[in-house]
Amino acid sequence: MKKEYWRWPEYRRTLPGKDWTKAWVITAGVDVGSVSSKAAIMIDGELYAYGIIRTGSSSPDSANKAMERAMEGTRMKLDDIHYIVGTGYGRVNVPFANRAITEIACHARGANYIWGPTVRTLMDMGGQDCKAIRCDEKGRVTAFLMNDKCAAGTGRGMEVIADLLSIPIEDVGPTSLMVEEEPEPVSSTCVVFAKSEAVGLLRKGWPKEMVLAAFCSAMARRISELLERIKVERDFAITGGIAKNIGVVKRLEEIIGIRALPMKEGFDPMVAGGIGAALFAKALYEKERQSS
Amino acid sequence: MIIHYGYKDGSGEYFISIDTDECDGCGKCVEACPQSVLETRTMMIDLEDKLVATVTEEHRKKIKYSCAPCKPEASPPCVLACERRAIIHTWKLAGK
Repeated sequence: MKKEYWRWPEYRRTLPGKDWTKAWVITAGVDVGSVSSKAAIMIDGELYAYGIIRTGSSSPDSANKAMERAMEGTRMKLDDIHYIVGTGYGRVNVPFANRAITEIACHARGANYIWGPTVRTLMDMGGQDCKAIRCDEKGRVTAFLMNDKCAAGTGRGMEVIADLLSIPIEDVGPTSLMVEEEPEPVSSTCVVFAKSEAVGLLRKGWPKEMVLAAFCSAMARRISELLERIKVERDFAITGGIAKNIGVVKRLEEIIGIRALPMKEGFDPMVAGGIGAALFAKALYEKERQSS
Repeated sequence: MIIHYGYKDGSGEYFISIDTDECDGCGKCVEACPQSVLETRTMMIDLEDKLVATVTEEHRKKIKYSCAPCKPEASPPCVLACERRAIIHTWKLAGK
């Protein structure tokens, strides 16, 4: 069987030193994206556990699996959770969610939790689209812009190129930085065209790292255009899977002249939306209890 | 919150920006638009549900074409219809 270079690891994690059985409020956020599904569980407004899996063909199934993954080994059951918010591309298809909130609001709220109140600009680089978000010190969205155009230069595009070049997806970023001179970025915005453009470059004799560099820099450039519209203000943070691709992040920092906040130990940038959703879940739960 | 709908590509920049703080969901822009680009939709803002104007999913990726009939008028019907001035168009063709 052919090795699947695009395949990134699914995993879960429980944060140390916390006991959910003693918590007052247990909430969860389930972020069903186009490529990955994430579930975050919070106890009394603190992150307790999370799980990340690949999204399958059905959004409800993916939501269930992500939630199960997050709860694995904790002895927590779905019934133990007081309030669940669904978010992301498949947010209306989370069967056990109390309500759905757009991922824009959730990412801003999640980034505010992960990095603190100084975050003003956020770039969510997901599986099939990118969103530029501005927020205030409370993590409320003040402006946003979504790149609705296409998938090239997003997570899915990276998977396709990793597979084409037989480079494990985790190595795409570091490998792309091994070039001596920056090549021209690829021009295609469509993932299918970008792939054929990459094939063309390989035929011309370009080494793999050059092709990856052209790819990463194309993505960095497109993202910088989104940021230009909403104007970047410090602090700047990146969420979503591409936050882990140093090849894109470094190039983007260079173009906009601002460094992104480094990834925080214990918080996967892919889970920011899920964390935000779980925080909204807590706020909504408390609000509903007050009014009833 | 200002929501920018639209995109920038090689041919230029095409955006409709709606300020959800100003928008009261009256729907006059929806009626005014000859191309049915706009609709009102409920959004959660600060934990409250609010009815606001949005660009339909269908038109988001092609407003360059959908909005073209109202251009190059400086103030297209949707902008004129909005008493609260919550809608702005950005229309920059490349190289101009």
